[in-house]
Amino acid sequence: MNELVESFRIAFAEIRAHKLRSALTALGVIIGIVAVTLMGTAINGIGIGFQRSLAMLGDDVMYVNKWPWHNVDDWWNYVNRPPIVPEDAEKLNRIIADTPGSQLDVAVFVNARSTTVKVGGNSVSGVYTFGTTAEYGRILTADFKEGRLFSETESRAARPVCVLGYDVANALFPGRSALDATVLVQGQPYRVIGVLVHQGAFLGLFSFDNQTIIPLGAYAKHFGTRDGNGELQVKIRDKNRLGEAREELTGAMRRVRGQLPADPDNFSINEQQAFKAQLDPITNGIAIGGLFITGLALFVGAIGIMNITFVSVKERTKEIGTRKALGARRRTILLQFLIESVSICLVGGLVGLAITGGLCLAVSLAMPSLPVVFSIGLVAVGLLVSTLTGILAGFAPAVGASRLDPVVALRYE
Amino acid sequence: MEAENLTVAALGEPGRRPVLPPGPVVIAIENVTKLYRMGDETIHALRGVSLDIRRNEYLAIMGPSGSGKSTLMNMLGCLDTPTSGRYDFTGRAVKGMDDNELAEIRNREIGFVFQTFNLLPRSDALRNVELPLIYAGLRPAERQARAREALESVGLGDRMHHKPNELSGGQRQRVAVARALVNRPSIILADEPTGNLDSKTGVEIMALFERLYEAGNTLIVVTHEEDVAHYARRVVRLRDGRIESDQPMS
Repeated sequence: MNELVESFRIAFAEIRAHKLRSALTALGVIIGIVAVTLMGTAINGIGIGFQRSLAMLGDDVMYVNKWPWHNVDDWWNYVNRPPIVPEDAEKLNRIIADTPGSQLDVAVFVNARSTTVKVGGNSVSGVYTFGTTAEYGRILTADFKEGRLFSETESRAARPVCVLGYDVANALFPGRSALDATVLVQGQPYRVIGVLVHQGAFLGLFSFDNQTIIPLGAYAKHFGTRDGNGELQVKIRDKNRLGEAREELTGAMRRVRGQLPADPDNFSINEQQAFKAQLDPITNGIAIGGLFITGLALFVGAIGIMNITFVSVKERTKEIGTRKALGARRRTILLQFLIESVSICLVGGLVGLAITGGLCLAVSLAMPSLPVVFSIGLVAVGLLVSTLTGILAGFAPAVGASRLDPVVALRYE
Repeated sequence: MEAENLTVAALGEPGRRPVLPPGPVVIAIENVTKLYRMGDETIHALRGVSLDIRRNEYLAIMGPSGSGKSTLMNMLGCLDTPTSGRYDFTGRAVKGMDDNELAEIRNREIGFVFQTFNLLPRSDALRNVELPLIYAGLRPAERQARAREALESVGLGDRMHHKPNELSGGQRQRVAVARALVNRPSIILADEPTGNLDSKTGVEIMALFERLYEAGNTLIVVTHEEDVAHYARRVVRLRDGRIESDQPMS
């Protein structure tokens, strides 16, 4: 214990005595730790952003599409499938209603396309416009900032009403309410009856705020519903029994389609899990590649530490001899130099963590939508990594110092 | 500051200085040899040396360079072990001890005084004197008390917090002597203790040694200067790895 306290005292005295040298050496570790922890933060952030995006899709909704969400090599097996049409939803809902104890709640038909929405001189292009029925209200995960979704009656009557996404409303009606105003969706007038709250983007690619929802009847009249882009969104009752629900949905859809037992499914059932399966290899790749590259930075830092510890041992050969003459054991000398290199690494690690923390804070203040998380776990990992770096880098020179022959060391000038 | 006022004259002529009755044997060396290998060549640094040193002796080891004087000193200081022969330190066989046991003997039984002082440059006098006690595992409070006491005994009570570069050569060597004393060792081993000092300061250090001897310490001084050897009560002369003469200083 005594020995340890003493070693720390000596280490810090040495670091203080060689401020510039220690600072330059620590710089390598600082850069390494900043690189590694920033990488860790980024990987965390991707994971969290992904979870948030999945939550937007709703974790209790399955999607029935013509195409699966993953890429297919055998496109010819899919291209001739019949499109999903509104009648599929009606039939499916009847089957659900007739099935006692069904795991499925409701199926809603949705068809979507990109449009331009205008009001006076303002226009927003690339708006994701989808036509659906009033039952969509049971699937929608977002709340209304103002107004409401269209009713069953409005939906059936193909009333020209619409719900605007947050960004669309903001762009067309900056600083005022959009309610009851009339907008032109691809040239057709629609009355605004609702505006959604801000939701953010899915995987940073597709914005849920850049959308417009219109009654299916109106959509069918203006754009048609048989273009192959239709899908069924099916809400399930218990998200812990996804597998069962999927089985039931497959069976029900085959009945809707009137498929023979030998036929392969002519539809695809997609879930948000499919995204995860696709994204996992990507995040893993980023993690492995990124940590390897940033690890190199840390490795270079470690070589710097090793080098400076070798120099320090050489410079203090006579001091080591004196210490041994006065009764220092091998272990004491070993510990002294190990603690010195660990101390430099720890100081570097703390500075590095402070820099990473500062950068994360700055990023999260500048861009609040980015999921930047600087966790306690990361601090622990950072400190652990710096300590290990110090031990690995300091070990060889420290062992060399501890094994010096006191007679030779005392004679060293 | 008593020590600084002492001169050789004040110590009296060698013959008339007090000789303390020698105590039990501290160091017993019998037919010790030491071989070094330098490439293909084998160097016989010691060729069969036998020597007993008793408590309360004041011994000078003399000899020209190449006589084996440094090797013998390293051996006596337990910095090195003999190739053959017997070396007992207070009855314990040094030959065959491992590094840790040697370190412990050096720490508890031997006080070193070096020609170049060998103080830690960034530590003050007190910390330098504390060092052997740190390795001995003493608590900070006791360590400091004993280091203070040792510094006061060499007349540096008012220089405790000076760094070596703030002290004169003589003061530095006195810090080193205090460091050698602080563990209350069985022997104090000084290697050319005045070699880096001017003659006046050298005399002061030898006067300090005289006082340590009279206070009951066992001193071994390795030197090539007759003047320095004159302070001792017994002189061992080496030549070509053998003891040439071993007689009381008259």
